[in-house]
Amino acid sequence: MELLSGAEMVIRALRDEGVKHIYGYPGGALLHVYDAIFQQDEVEHVLVRHEQAATHMADAYARATGKAGVALVTSGPGATNAVTGIATAYMDSIPMVVITGQVMSFLIGEDAFQETDMVGISRPVVKHSFSVQRPEDIPTIIKKAFHIAQTGRPGPVVVDIPKDMTTPTERYEYEYPKNVKMRSYNPVSRGHSGQIKKAVELLLGAKRPVIYTGGGIIMGNAHEELTELARSLNYPVTNTLMGLGGYPGTDRQFVGMLGMHGSYEANMAMHHADVVLAIGARFDDRVTNGVDKFCPTAKIIHVDIDPASISKTVTADIPIVGPARDIIKEMIQLVKGAKNQPDAEANKLWWQQIEEWRARHGGRYTINEDGLMKPQQVIEMLSKVTGGDAFVCSDVGQHQMFAAQYYKFNKPNRWINSGGLGTMGFGLPAAMGVKMNFPDADVACVTGEGSIQMNIQELSTCKQYDLPVKVICLNNQSLGMVRQWQDMNYESRHSQSYMKSLPDFCKLVESYGHVGMKVDKFADLEGAMTEAFAMKDRLVFMDIAVDPFEHVYPMQVPRGAMRDMWLSKTERT
Amino acid sequence: MRHIISVLLENEPGALSRVVGLFSQRNFNIETLTVAPTDDGTLSRLTVTTLGSDRVVEQITKQLNKLIDVVKVVDLTEGDHIERELMMIKLKASSSSARDEITRTAEIFRGQVIDATPNTFTVQLVGSSDKLDAFINALNGVTLMEVVRSGVSGIARGEKVLSL
Repeated sequence: MELLSGAEMVIRALRDEGVKHIYGYPGGALLHVYDAIFQQDEVEHVLVRHEQAATHMADAYARATGKAGVALVTSGPGATNAVTGIATAYMDSIPMVVITGQVMSFLIGEDAFQETDMVGISRPVVKHSFSVQRPEDIPTIIKKAFHIAQTGRPGPVVVDIPKDMTTPTERYEYEYPKNVKMRSYNPVSRGHSGQIKKAVELLLGAKRPVIYTGGGIIMGNAHEELTELARSLNYPVTNTLMGLGGYPGTDRQFVGMLGMHGSYEANMAMHHADVVLAIGARFDDRVTNGVDKFCPTAKIIHVDIDPASISKTVTADIPIVGPARDIIKEMIQLVKGAKNQPDAEANKLWWQQIEEWRARHGGRYTINEDGLMKPQQVIEMLSKVTGGDAFVCSDVGQHQMFAAQYYKFNKPNRWINSGGLGTMGFGLPAAMGVKMNFPDADVACVTGEGSIQMNIQELSTCKQYDLPVKVICLNNQSLGMVRQWQDMNYESRHSQSYMKSLPDFCKLVESYGHVGMKVDKFADLEGAMTEAFAMKDRLVFMDIAVDPFEHVYPMQVPRGAMRDMWLSKTERT
Repeated sequence: MRHIISVLLENEPGALSRVVGLFSQRNFNIETLTVAPTDDGTLSRLTVTTLGSDRVVEQITKQLNKLIDVVKVVDLTEGDHIERELMMIKLKASSSSARDEITRTAEIFRGQVIDATPNTFTVQLVGSSDKLDAFINALNGVTLMEVVRSGVSGIARGEKVLSL
């Protein structure tokens, strides 16, 4: 057996776990670990410009691949800067391992230089955390961290390592465990057959069914099974913000996203449904609107890997705990073998109704005659230019909703956004994390002039590692979503939602060595965007002037039912 | 409704703070909390009493189960169970009438005087929380100086056990 120092064990364990990249930023508590990184070349370290970006890069890698991303940050401010990224991953159930440096163990609690109680600070936003007490435990702890992060309902795991656990002169026998067993952690591995049978009976008897799925389909790798089940039943499918791409966005049976900015037809279908099959979704408040008025006539089947998600906000009539993929497979078999097939007449009437709804709004918006672009036009163009096949990494705000509504995702893992926490500044580092691992794919960061400035320093990282992402900045010179709410609820008192003194983004990105493009006419958009994506080896920042007065519609009326929506500035259901 | 939730917890550093943190983070209520290692040194047994609707208590048990350090959770109030709490209460006992009143009441409640000075009596009492409350209310005209209660511990009746 080999003798390694704690620092070497950290890197060796990551290598043995199959990690190719770690995203991080060095500091005092991690100097031994960084020295170990220097002395090997199997695990590549990516140096960001701010620790938050390291966590978002690791997070986006996980969102695109399903495997845990790894971030490495030092103690104190390094660790606290990472907290936003950890919380982002936690809210969206993204597997991630964050290794944080810590002051020497004998200094803990003494307010030492760059000391912070990282295990304590991160506790509410991690799936679990470890504090290394003995260097020889490092391999087992790292194995456990990956195991916990990637199984069951995934989530971020923090491993806090005091500096004296990594001392180069103290060596220990290293062996990376093949398996890990924990008596207190046994995620459910299959759904209850009796419950699945009951669910299928209810589904087959439905007259106005809706299949409502979330991020659990993406992370549970169940998109193919979902598509097969939905097609075999000919039932409409709606996705949550996190679930987009879980069902093909251009498919006839897809009725769009549901919820606060969901499509008219999806929200109407939910409201009138008699059976809702929810899979890998958590009845979030941005989905249900007023929970007491939610789906008044529906029986609810809820499939989720996390028992705590079931009946948390909306009571499930048939709860099923387990992995989405296996449960849907079992459902497919039961549907095939069932004597009673769905009522064809009822199905036809239901689809007629849905098509009527679809025709009524169908995501329409008005185009300005004077040429000032609508943000929706930009997203539709992005969809066109990239053939609907790009990784779209979004920031947070109106542009995020427009991207979710107007980019048609036909594949899972392509829509990368901070859904639960709503972290501005997520988009650019996320795009970088994806591009680094999918160098041949088109990777777009859809952002606004507000969000992009929250992590704009990462343009420098893009230069260092040659990450030619395409930044699609919908510049409306205001914090659009805040402004929209102020328009709708505060009589247009635009308190602090106007961005004064914006930089010249083109000059700014050029100073980082990238390409800037300014577009303010729709007539120029297609040509410019095509040119941008044709520049395979350059980061292109498209600063696109869009209508600052545009709102995202539909928008549900707060605390109303699913069907209560504003459809435009003047039209309400 | 009041529930008594028993938890077997890995006896690891930080495990308790995860449980306590969960309650504050999710806005769950804690009435009492007791924790100590069991016969198996790797495990702690924690008892928490909480007030909440069935829906809230279901969430509490589910969320507790999700904590990696939590090995097992049971809501004792779902079945027959025994609950006990220990109280030590220091009372002003400078007059003979006060001393008589305290001794008499303690006898009725099967408490013991475990410390005495010319001016004070300290009484120890074990029982359900209700019984301890009743004792305090029964002390007529006696001045309370200090009350310390252990919080509730509970165990299921019969052969049902909470173990690995």
